[in-house]
Amino acid sequence: MPRVLVFSTNAISDPGIDLAGSSHMHYSPDVVVVSLPCTRAIKPSWIVYALERGFDGVFIASDGDECGYLSDCSERSARIVSRTQALLSEHGIDGHRLKLAAICSVCAAPYTKHVREFTQALAELEG
Amino acid sequence: MSERRIGVYVCQCGGNISDYVDVEQVVGAVANDPGVVVARTAMFTCSDATQQEIEADIREQQLDGLVVASCSPKLHTFTFREAARRAGLNPYEYTQVNIREQCSWTHTDDRTGATRKAMQLVRAGIARTRLTEPLEPTAVQTTPSALVIGGGVAGMRAAIGLADLGLGVFLVEREARLCGHTGELGELFPNAGTGSGLVARLLEQIRERPQIAVFTSAEVTAKSGTYGNYRAVIRAGEESIHAEIGQIIVATGFDSYEPAAGEYGYGIQGVLTLPEFRRMLDSREDLIVGGRKPESIAYVYCVGSRCEEHPYCSRFCCSAAVHASLLASDRVAGVRQYHLYRDMRTYGRNELMLSESRERGSLYLKFADGDPPEVTHDGQRLSVTVRDQLTGGDELTIPADLVVLVTGMVPQANDRLVKTLKLPVGGDGFFNEIHPKLRPVETVVDGVLIAGACQGPKTVAESVTSGLAAVSQTAAVLKRGVAELDPQIATVHASACSGCGACVEACPFGAISMIARDGGEVAQIDRAGCKGCGACAPVCGEDAIDLLGYTDGQVRAMIDALIQIPPTHPHLP
Repeated sequence: MPRVLVFSTNAISDPGIDLAGSSHMHYSPDVVVVSLPCTRAIKPSWIVYALERGFDGVFIASDGDECGYLSDCSERSARIVSRTQALLSEHGIDGHRLKLAAICSVCAAPYTKHVREFTQALAELEG
Repeated sequence: MSERRIGVYVCQCGGNISDYVDVEQVVGAVANDPGVVVARTAMFTCSDATQQEIEADIREQQLDGLVVASCSPKLHTFTFREAARRAGLNPYEYTQVNIREQCSWTHTDDRTGATRKAMQLVRAGIARTRLTEPLEPTAVQTTPSALVIGGGVAGMRAAIGLADLGLGVFLVEREARLCGHTGELGELFPNAGTGSGLVARLLEQIRERPQIAVFTSAEVTAKSGTYGNYRAVIRAGEESIHAEIGQIIVATGFDSYEPAAGEYGYGIQGVLTLPEFRRMLDSREDLIVGGRKPESIAYVYCVGSRCEEHPYCSRFCCSAAVHASLLASDRVAGVRQYHLYRDMRTYGRNELMLSESRERGSLYLKFADGDPPEVTHDGQRLSVTVRDQLTGGDELTIPADLVVLVTGMVPQANDRLVKTLKLPVGGDGFFNEIHPKLRPVETVVDGVLIAGACQGPKTVAESVTSGLAAVSQTAAVLKRGVAELDPQIATVHASACSGCGACVEACPFGAISMIARDGGEVAQIDRAGCKGCGACAPVCGEDAIDLLGYTDGQVRAMIDALIQIPPTHPHLP
């Protein structure tokens, strides 16, 4: 199964991911999470590093509009993704290996759906 | 770096984890990781007994790092930070690893996969802990006074409450006098008394408290400083007052919805909004329209509410309109009153007013969403046409001497204040609290609280309640005299900083400034101003900023640990 690194956020998306577990929703155990205070704290170089070290994909479970720090977090997170896409391209890495979706603090089902679909898409990428 | 001494505790959670994860195998896989000196499982790591064992290990084994792999960090981060502190270990040398919500519970169908994942997660926690360093919260002395912005009923009551707790108060009102909407009202519901009388009492109490400094025709134009110690500039005419304050309560209130010309006949003589009707009722003993007593009054509910522009319900207005109709029937015996509504929301005890109005002869007609009544004037008389859902949708035309448009509350235009205080504005234009149930008057901006109808439609009673909640939250910080700030904040490696200033731009809290150093400039983080969001770190072209607790080294070490296939994985040769 493809190996996926998820960047979540302590206050918003991580509780959503927790809720998926509390609700016994299943997805691949090759999906692992690193939680940060805010989506904007993700360094593009970490994403490149993870993919170069062997992860097949990186999923950003972003704060979206629920961010407790700033109302324009979504736009700022989108800028991080744009910068990362440029970096991936420089490193010859397929941009489809990075995906972002806003995951709210109760978005258990959407999260499960996103990581399942992403895992599936990455598997197809491998051929 | 000297060798670390880390204790690792893997929780069974009474089967919640161990039924799906082979915890012994997890411990076996990490026991020989660099720096690990203790690794064991426990039935419940959060139990008092296990916490005591952990504390004993910290002391006896001289542990300088702690990893607990159990449930979500939301549940027990503070539990184990405290255990560490009790044993003399800095609480920030501890890492919580989530192997329940994000592992055992979500992979109940795959024990092998869950066990492998738990090994990776625990190893990542150990890798992170190898790079922790002791952190100390910043303690700041707080200023024992508060700024209250808005001299309506919520702001006035809050100012009195703060003064009674021994705090100084700067009460700032944009208008020429303290009054608010309430002070302009006559009789209130549910228990009579007048709005003007209520405000007169509050003014009396404010006058009796010299520690409340009142500024009218004044605005707050600047705010600086850090948590617990702010400076605000109050502009009153030509004068600028510099106020030293510890917290700020924003109670700027609401505006009444103003219908557009022609909306439900607004602009035709005899068509009034609810506030205009109240002014008519409150200004004199009788009720005269066009030189005579009105024979019939029609109320159109939900004007400007629950629509595309204002999708929310102002909820006070159903009760306020019913109450106004009772006042009208007191003034004009036998007046016929028709209430054209979408849904009646006279919640709580206000329902009794609805019953009373029916007993007094008011008629209630329900129109459908998307099929609002029409207000017309044929040159002779006003009338309202409505299709009543309760009588099979029959079209009824009601002649009326007065049509009252029951308008709700809309957010006030306060752009300058929003910008000055960086207030969080919600999608509906009102100010947002952190959590509607648990932290209902705090905002994400530290030190700035909200109260009253600036947060959303509220009655007088609800506004006062939230004003007093803001008082208690203010006192909780300012009466202690000292505030502790989370030390997991950004830090600049000055030798790597190029002085480009990109981080200054990226910081939403104005917590980064450039200071002179070695003939150039480098970024400096204000420890009390930084909220630890980390927004500055990714924009640094030189990688010169780290967020403590989430450093570049720690995240990369975690990625390395997570990608390794654990050596004891049963599928490996």
